[in-house]
Amino acid sequence: MSARANILGKLRNSLAGTTPRPDEFDERLVTEPWRYASENRITRLRSLMEAVQTEVHLCCSDNWPELVAGLLAERGITNLLCAPGKEHGRALQTHFEATEQNVRLMAYDRPVEAWKEELFRNVDASLTGTVGGIAATGTLVLWPDRHEPRLMSLVPPVHIALLKASEIHDNLYDMMVAQDWAAGLPTNVLLVSGPSKTADIEQVLAYGAHGPRELIVLVLEDV
Amino acid sequence: MSRRIPVTELTPDFRGRAEEALADGQLRNNFRVAMDSLMSKRANAFQDADEREGLRELGNRIKAGALSHLPDLLEQLEQTLTANGVKVHWAETLEEANTLVHGIIEARQGRQVVKGKSMVSEEMEMNDYLAERGIECLESDMGEYIVQLDNEKPSHIIMPAIHKNARQVSKLFHDKLGEPETEDVNQLIQVGRRTLRQKFMDADVGVSGVNFAIAETGTLLLVENEGNGRMSTTVPPVHIAVTGIEKVVANLRDVVPLVSLLTRSALGQPITTYVNLISGPRKPDELDGPEEVHLVLLDNGRSGAFADAQMRQTLNCIRCGACMNHCPVYTRVGGHTYGEVYPGPIGKIITPHMAGLDNVPDHPSASSLCGACGDVCPVKIPIPELLQRLRQENVKSPEQPQQVKGGGAKFSRTERWIWRGWQTLNTRPTLYRSFLWAATRFRALSPKKAGPWTENHSAPVPARRSLHDLAAEHLNQKGGRPS
Repeated sequence: MSARANILGKLRNSLAGTTPRPDEFDERLVTEPWRYASENRITRLRSLMEAVQTEVHLCCSDNWPELVAGLLAERGITNLLCAPGKEHGRALQTHFEATEQNVRLMAYDRPVEAWKEELFRNVDASLTGTVGGIAATGTLVLWPDRHEPRLMSLVPPVHIALLKASEIHDNLYDMMVAQDWAAGLPTNVLLVSGPSKTADIEQVLAYGAHGPRELIVLVLEDV
Repeated sequence: MSRRIPVTELTPDFRGRAEEALADGQLRNNFRVAMDSLMSKRANAFQDADEREGLRELGNRIKAGALSHLPDLLEQLEQTLTANGVKVHWAETLEEANTLVHGIIEARQGRQVVKGKSMVSEEMEMNDYLAERGIECLESDMGEYIVQLDNEKPSHIIMPAIHKNARQVSKLFHDKLGEPETEDVNQLIQVGRRTLRQKFMDADVGVSGVNFAIAETGTLLLVENEGNGRMSTTVPPVHIAVTGIEKVVANLRDVVPLVSLLTRSALGQPITTYVNLISGPRKPDELDGPEEVHLVLLDNGRSGAFADAQMRQTLNCIRCGACMNHCPVYTRVGGHTYGEVYPGPIGKIITPHMAGLDNVPDHPSASSLCGACGDVCPVKIPIPELLQRLRQENVKSPEQPQQVKGGGAKFSRTERWIWRGWQTLNTRPTLYRSFLWAATRFRALSPKKAGPWTENHSAPVPARRSLHDLAAEHLNQKGGRPS
């Protein structure tokens, strides 16, 4: 007998004569305490994210590239990983070229194996989009894809994320339902709620454990 | 890599280790400070008692509901994961699980493994198993990394190195890594970051645990704050997840309350920095993520607990650690005293099915039954009730059917005989009166030693006159009984 057959057999044997419990999921318990007036969603998300050392900026669709240029200059960062295959990547590229920014824009356009060393050692910041945010917990939701692969939001020490105000949901449950997650998920979905941190030594909070030391969120208020 | 010599093996029994821990002021201070802080963080995270209780009830229903059709859910999970390209393996024993993991690594000629935090891999003692076969298996969670570097085992399921303070970590990094000494926690963490980043790049295989496995979508959900879990499951070409068969839930929506209960109960955080939902290996058009994803489903005694409707409730556990944070015994003796993978209240009720109650006979009674663990459990496991049940199983006579693995280890014919005698004495008035008469007359002959009692107490000596006698005299003098 295989391990599988043995395990399932033992479990079935123990359940003999019983019926499964009915599904009693009460969605009100995970939605009602976590509802916000639309004007309060950004405030809630912002205060929770700032509480875990995230920098949140309010901007709009025509001035955010300028803001990015300023944020990089402040930090003396001269290279940025962004996705030329995405609309926001192209917008950034256009702005940086027009304003002659001293920043090298890099693209994640090869399998990770082809440039692992460079990705880990030479990329100082990355910029990605998000598929939305969650007000209840102060969370960004990322669905990595070919243009913005999984490691893009993890390896560079500074991660800048674009969040459309209209895509901020009240809570995770609402977002799952609105976007019909149960119908099919991509290979990886990430909920990100701040820069990487740890409290493993004496419970003292330290940022930049293994992932980004800094998370910067640009909330686009007009879209 | 050197073989781990857990500190807990130095003193062989719970009582001895407890005495050592109680005498260690530094250890007690480290735990007291940490547990006080974790308790207040949890309290702050659940400020609305109605909301909290509603969510705990929902958490209990989801887990109990999943267990009520566990074999079907496991088959569904296998099917959805397989459709997503994840290879599912089953293991009844630790040896089988280790063999499976080793086989997957060997097939890729892997030599370096980097591991995200996984309590199931601790059950398996995977690091040692692989080290003996020439494969380095490095912990990447900061706490686990510290513990591994010092050849120790975790002392808490969420905060593995909570028994150490910054000075002790600094000394460890100095001795083992040649780093300059510093008590600055930020600098200590940066040492870990530097060392482990190289390891993530070099690793052939990443190993992780699973917080929830979702049958509906074929998804493995992992929560973490550091990013080491994401690194371990994304950078190496192979990802092996190991988990217990009880971690499966039916629907994706089920994880909404469960993740909230988990992170708020464990750390007082509304959510962890990262929630990582993995539903398959890298697709042909993707540029990163592992080429292979494996899931090892481990039994290791769980089906034994499942067979007993009362003990089955132990499988509700979502491994938040709140029960140990609130336990007055755990706070005083620390995690290593338990000598097992899972310490504290939850460890006391799940270990018997894994290791056998005869291997942990002191655990069920190492509790004041104050009830704090049951009160804070996010999935409402009645831990005190289960501890009492295990106390009964512990003293079952060999003639009675044993319902828990290794039950009856504390059964003693002498003790049983003494209690029988006590029962007879107290249920027969004539016998009782003769006993009183003798005990008061011959009180000088009462034994000076009464087993462990007289190690810390003076021996009890019967009074000159019994309470019965004194009451009778009182009534004679004052007259009449109170109505």
